[in-house]
Parts: sequence; structure tokens; C-alpha cells
Amino acid sequence: MIEFRNISKTFKIGNREVNAVNNVSLSIEQGEIFGIIGFSGAGKSTLLRLVNLLENPTSGEIHVKGVNIGSLSQKEVRKLRSGIGMIFQNFNLFGSRTVAGNIAYPLKLAGVPKKEINERVNELLSFVGLTDKAKDFPEQLSGGQKQRVGIARALATSPDILICDEATSALDPDTTGEILRLLKKVNKELGITILLITHEMHVIQEICDRVAVMENGEVIESDSVFNVFTNPTHLTTQRFIQSVQQDRPSATLLEEWRKKGGKHLYRVIFKGEIASDPVLSRVTRKFDVDVNIVYGSVRELQEKLYGNLLVSFVGQEENISSVLSELKQDVTVEEVKVNEG
Amino acid sequence: MKVDWSTFWPRIVESTGETILMVIMTLIFGSILGITIGLLLFVTRTGNILENKIVFTLLNILINIIRPIPFIIFLVAISPLTRAVVGTTIGTWAAIFPMTIAASFGIARVVENNLVSIDSGVIEAAKAMGASPLRIIFTVLIPEALGPLILGLTFVTVSLIDFSAMAGTVGGGGLGHVAMTYGYQRFDGSVMLVTVIILIVLVQIAQWIGNTLSRKIMRR
Ligand SMILES: Nc1ncnc2c1ncn2[C@@H]1O[C@H](COP(=O)(O)OP(=O)(O)O)[C@@H](O)[C@H]1O
Ligand SMILES: [Mg+2]
Repeated sequence: MIEFRNISKTFKIGNREVNAVNNVSLSIEQGEIFGIIGFSGAGKSTLLRLVNLLENPTSGEIHVKGVNIGSLSQKEVRKLRSGIGMIFQNFNLFGSRTVAGNIAYPLKLAGVPKKEINERVNELLSFVGLTDKAKDFPEQLSGGQKQRVGIARALATSPDILICDEATSALDPDTTGEILRLLKKVNKELGITILLITHEMHVIQEICDRVAVMENGEVIESDSVFNVFTNPTHLTTQRFIQSVQQDRPSATLLEEWRKKGGKHLYRVIFKGEIASDPVLSRVTRKFDVDVNIVYGSVRELQEKLYGNLLVSFVGQEENISSVLSELKQDVTVEEVKVNEG
Repeated sequence: MKVDWSTFWPRIVESTGETILMVIMTLIFGSILGITIGLLLFVTRTGNILENKIVFTLLNILINIIRPIPFIIFLVAISPLTRAVVGTTIGTWAAIFPMTIAASFGIARVVENNLVSIDSGVIEAAKAMGASPLRIIFTVLIPEALGPLILGLTFVTVSLIDFSAMAGTVGGGGLGHVAMTYGYQRFDGSVMLVTVIILIVLVQIAQWIGNTLSRKIMRR
């Protein structure tokens, strides 16, 4: 659906150059929700704005729906843009137009007859749940309602791609959840491919199928959300993941555990099917070892379970070794250095 | 020498009419020209929808040259041009020409300043929806800036009343001319008082209309 091939973008400010995007290759498939995460300044917005040519790449090619967009005329660029909906962190609604007027704007641009515009606007208002706000002006709306208008406006011309620049970053957690559910509905019910950028890992965790991590203009990691969460390779990725899952007990809790005679602490990671299988109790029972769960969580990622437990074992040394080696056949087990935090 | 009020009142009414005509005509022509120049100035800025360094720099220099010239000097300086265009340098229409030119450049700056304060994200949103630069000018820039723009034009109108009085002193007709011939040359205080009161009332009316309109548009 969207393919970046060796895309770079350099900004020149006076005689200083900023490599905002550096040799990025990515492929976004039809029907998926693809997230790009990175810290501020990583180049996410620039990459996103290349998709509808709000910025032109310095080098590389971008293909949208099979077309190399670098070779389009100005008129064709405008056509491309009307086929790609875009929403923004600050909503960017027209303050001089009502909610209905905002949603009607792209339809007027497309030359849709007035009667059809009214019908389409009503349809979109009900899709985003704002039927009673049609005549209000943006300044009268809450942040979440503004973003709903933004989404309705972006969907007006029935695009098959929606790009979102930090669409929930200006919203409180509850409203963020609402907007994310709405985006999911856009994806599932309308079949619209979504490319979003964010600096918040929970956004990725909640709605994305695949994710790319960006740093200094480069994509440093890209995979399914499940794989990235369960097997992050880069330090930056690990930091993002830690921001949403506390996978380590507090120092006080560990201190208490050590005072009670705890010595070796192991992290056991279950992925997918195995998370619902009682492997831990089966193996420990087999070797007559007791297991003590110090800390842990089981979460759902893309409808798969992912367990992350900190445990210690009580029993004969050699039995514990047997437990460890047998567990390693099914799940990931690693010893955790207690003093590391 | 006393003024004969029975012949003087019709004269006052006529002059007030001339002043209003000068101000309104200047406002109309000056707005057309000024809004065009202001829009051009804004859209040709670096990074904007029709970025063009040459056009921007030329307009900018032109405005900076004309704006600081005191109107009374400007009026005299361009009188050859006025004669060429209007055919004469005396009378109401001969005053409207230099007033329009001077007002355009003032209005251009007012327009530019109001456009600059529009959130660039809104312009970007329109662009992302596939709007052409011309479409953006008429359906985004002007509507988004309209409220403050009207306040700016009101401010200009008040100074146009001032301009019209100056034009009157050098043969432009209107209340300025009356004040000059009766008030200054014959030194009649009561004539002075009447013209001053009428000018104040005109300014108040212009201000009231501007405030009401802009409040309506900005919904405040
Ligand atoms: N129009 C621009 N002109 C100059 N530098 C820019 C421009 N847009 C972005 N940059 C620079 O490019 C880098 C990446 O910015 P951006 O894509 O906005 O990052 P992110 O969205 O990940 O925070 C930053 O260093 C930023 O300052
Ligand atoms: Mg950004």
C-alpha cells in the first residue's frame, strides 16, 4: 500500500544540514495498522509527511498504491492527497467553519454536489458520534471531540489510507482510549490502512499490527508488535517497552524478598499458546521443586498472550537445574541479577 | 466677518457627503488593492504556499518606501500621477486617488499581519486535503483571518478620515476644505467646532460598525 525505498530527507537551514530521515525502507501492507514510534526529533513527522508529499524526499522512492509518487504532476499530487486522509496532534480544524462545515470542506474541494455533501456529512457525524454537534464551532468542543471531527473530515472523501501524526498526544488517557478505539473501528469496519506515528508505546500496544522504531532518522527495528514486545533487540526499543510494562519489582520489594533468604531470581517469559499452558507447575511438580512467584504480568498483545514472570525456586540444587533445563525447552528463562535494580 | 448660517449649513452637509464619499471609495479601492498585496506578501514568504523570494522582496521594499512618507507630502509628490490618471488635482476624486494608493500599502501590512497569525497547521490541513494555493487563499486564509482583518480595516478607516481632511486642505473638498477656508483663513471658531464635532461622530460610527461586524464574525 505504501512503500518507502531508501528514503532520505535532508533539511538545509542556512549552511547547516539536518538529516531528518536517513535511508528508510519500509513497506506498509493493505488493511493493517502500522505504527512508527520514536522519541521527539527522530524524524517521524517528516517521514509521514513524505507520504502525501507535504515534504519531498531528497532521495529514494515512495510508492503509494503501486504508483511512484515522485513522478506526479501538481494536479496528480492533489488527487493523491484527497485519497489519503490525515489527522494531526493539534487537530488543525478550521475555526471559521462549523463542525459540519469542516467535514464538508474536502467534499467541496472534490466538487461533490451539495445534496450529497449533506448526506455524507450526516453519515460521518454519526460514524464518529457527533451528530448533535453539527452546528457547533471547533472552539466549543473538547479535545476528544475535536479529534473526532478531524477523523470525520479526513474520512470524508473515502480515502483508503489514513495517516496520523501524534493523533492522541494532546489528549488525556481516557480520551486517548476513545480515539484509539475509533481508529480501530475505522480500520476494521471501513478497511482503511492506517499509518500512525507516536512517541507513546501504549498506542502501539493497543492498536497496531506492526511497528517500526525510529531513531536519528533511521528505522532501527521493525516487526510485528508481538515480536517487538517479546523480543526487542535495540536498547531504545527496550526503553519504550519498559515505559508500558513494569517488568521488575521495586527495590524495596526485592530487598524484602532477599531478607527472607531469596538468592536466585529467574525471569520466565511465555509467549503465545504456551502462556495458557500450565508448564511451570507441571515441570516443578515433576522434580519436586516449589516455585515462588515474586512478580509478574500476563498481557494480551494482538490477541496473543504474553507472560513475564519473576520467580524463585525452592528445592534441591540439582532438581532446580533440571527444572531450568526442562523449562528452557518451552519458554525463555534467564537469571536476573537482583542488585541490578 | 460673521458666517451666514443659512447658506453655511447646506455647505456643511455637502462637505460631509464629500468626506464620506472619499473615505468609502478609498476604503473600497484600497481594500481591493491592499488585500491583494497583503495576500501576495504572505503567500510568497519563505516556506509558504507560493514561495517566491523576488516578488516578496520587491513588495516588501515598495511598502517600506511608501509607508513612512507623511501623507501630506505624498499627496503633493504624486500629484503629476494624479493628474495623469484622474485628469485634475482638484476635487473629491483627485483626493481619492492618492488616498487609495497610500491606504493600500497600510492595508497590505494589516492583512499580512493578520494572515501571519493564522495557525500554519490549518493551512497544512487544507493542503493535505488536496486544496490548490488559490483555493487555500479564498477558502482558508481569508475566512480564518476575517474577524481581526475587519478590526484592522476599521483602524485604517479612522486614519482615512484624517487623510481626507488633509486632502481637503490642498483642494480635495470635504470637511477639511471647509475647516480650512472658514475656520483657518477667516478664523471662525464656531465653524471649527461644527466640523470637529462632525469628524468625531464619523469616527465613532466607523468604529462602531467595525466592532459590531468583527464581533459577529468572531462570535464574541
Ligand atoms: N521544515 C523543517 N526545516 C528544518 N528542519 C526540520 C523541518 N522539519 C523537521 N526538521 C528537523 O528534522 C528532525 C526531525 O523532525 P521531525 O520529523 O519533526 O521529528 P519527530 O516527528 O520524530 O519529532 C528534527 O531535527 C527537526 O528539527
Ligand atoms: Mg512529530
